[in-house]
Amino acid sequence: MLAYIIRRLLQAVLVMGVMSGLVFVGLYVIGDPVSMMASPEATELDREAIRATFGLDKPLWQQYAVFMSHAVRLDFGKSFLTGQPAMGLILERMPATLELACVAMLVSAGVGVPLGLWAGLKPQALSSRAIMTGSVLGFSLPNFWVGLMLIMVFAVALGWLPAGGRGRTVMVGPLGLSVLTLDGWQRLILPALTIAAAKTALIIRVTRAATREALPMDYIKFARAKGLRWSRILGVHLLKNILIPIVTVSGLEFGQVVAFAVVTETIFAWPGMGKLLLDSIITLDRPVVVAYLILIVFFLVMLNLVVDILYSVLDPRVRLQAGKA
Amino acid sequence: MSDTVLANAAPPLPPPETPWQRIRREFLASRLAVLGLVLLLLAVGVAVFAPWLSPQNPYDIGKLDIFDSKLPPGSTSADGSLRHWLGTDGQARDLLSAIFYGLRTSLLVSGVSVAAALAIGSLVGLAAAYFGGWIDALLMRIVDIQLSFPAILVALILLALLGKGVDKIIIALVVVQWAYFARAARGAALVERAKEYVEAAQCMALGWPRVLLRHMLPNCLPPLIVIATIDLAHAIALESTLSFLGVGVPVTEPSLGMLIANGFEFLLSGHYWISFFPGIALALAIVGINLVGDHLRDVLNPRNVH
Repeated sequence: MLAYIIRRLLQAVLVMGVMSGLVFVGLYVIGDPVSMMASPEATELDREAIRATFGLDKPLWQQYAVFMSHAVRLDFGKSFLTGQPAMGLILERMPATLELACVAMLVSAGVGVPLGLWAGLKPQALSSRAIMTGSVLGFSLPNFWVGLMLIMVFAVALGWLPAGGRGRTVMVGPLGLSVLTLDGWQRLILPALTIAAAKTALIIRVTRAATREALPMDYIKFARAKGLRWSRILGVHLLKNILIPIVTVSGLEFGQVVAFAVVTETIFAWPGMGKLLLDSIITLDRPVVVAYLILIVFFLVMLNLVVDILYSVLDPRVRLQAGKA
Repeated sequence: MSDTVLANAAPPLPPPETPWQRIRREFLASRLAVLGLVLLLLAVGVAVFAPWLSPQNPYDIGKLDIFDSKLPPGSTSADGSLRHWLGTDGQARDLLSAIFYGLRTSLLVSGVSVAAALAIGSLVGLAAAYFGGWIDALLMRIVDIQLSFPAILVALILLALLGKGVDKIIIALVVVQWAYFARAARGAALVERAKEYVEAAQCMALGWPRVLLRHMLPNCLPPLIVIATIDLAHAIALESTLSFLGVGVPVTEPSLGMLIANGFEFLLSGHYWISFFPGIALALAIVGINLVGDHLRDVLNPRNVH
């Protein structure tokens, strides 16, 4: 188990290294960040000074070497735009994104699992067919358009909810959470629903498929033959077994949600790290983009690892091997 | 006596159904699948014949009159020459025409990128399965790394590096999609590789390109076609998302995503139709493709052959 975890972490470090190199070179090729930083009336001398400050006057390989030597000490450079540490900027925005992603995933699971169970237990019922057709719509509708339509209905036409921004936050330790204030909830609902629309559809389909696969199994028949109550068979025997695919999919989708937050955060002006990434890409703020990628690779690898470990906890038949990655 | 007469009169057995006939019959048996096919054909038809179907050429800036901008659906243009059934957008383009042309850009970009990704991915996957060993290990490790990144992030970074343009976004979409096909093709090819016809072809001293392309590829195609169909829906959604974020197609050739993005700024002032109708068109195209793909998967699945 330990060997397996170490192996996965080493892989992550390798991917982070390759990725940062590619992006470093790529962003170096496309543009001169100095033109973004210097004021229009700056002289050539001023530009030289800026270059020297950020080490941009050195050849590319030296810049990368400097970057790497700092990166192993967890220092990812300063933003070209604000001069603040790049990783600090991202970490500052991270709680907002994670909060949004968590609420969205909880909504998806809370709605998706019961509906999927229902559709799996009664596959021929009209209600089940309606659920399944709805789920096709759920992941067919372009996500950003769902967000716009929610704004149109609830913010513009009905005027019930604000169209964007993050509400008042309450500090819980180092984290600012908006789920604790009414204002925070009002601003959280629409972006969370936007993300949840597609994810609910996916969880419905996974739950339904797993349910239909599990129902004809012997252990269900045996439980019924023992005369157990139907609610107990559903809640204990069935749910425990279909939990494995649901947990896997939810876990992997959580990573997608965090990555896809770029879109939702742009629409709702949500001050998370996705919005920061898009802004940094547009302004060629290389340290922030590289730091974001390193962080997200780390995050995704950790998420995969946690899902794999959970998998082996939920299903004793699964054994993690060091040789298999 | 009468029994023998009846037996003689019985019609001969119908000829056995060919696989294509079976696929067609089973596909057409589902009403949802037919609905999806109709939607898909409609979208393709509109995209191909957009110049002849559109009331106005939305790219011809000289024809646009600024007084016609943001007209609600059903109104007539200022000089009374044109009825805008779906209204006009912020630049006075007739929205119906803009949607037709936008569908054209969206389908072109996604169609070309999926075809290229299918070709590249299948070849990589087939080669990995055929040669095995370190080639297989290397190729599949690249695929693993590629798939561990969310597509939207890879495409976003790539487009930041490449810049705007229809060709650039096609490249970005191919890069994020080929790995799916490579993995699926390898899986299918591993099964085929163990079969006797491959061994027979090798015994006849046929070159490996011939064995791969003429013998193994056709047998690996059905699952790849299903993935390609569903992937087309992904590609359309991804392209529109990237264009919405402002890193996709250039402003001069708006895709549906860009039309929606243009409408976003007018949404809060109540001009809902500029975003609403392009979104409906986009959703209908994607729903159609998903329905077709869903049923193709059921029909082409060898386990379902009765």
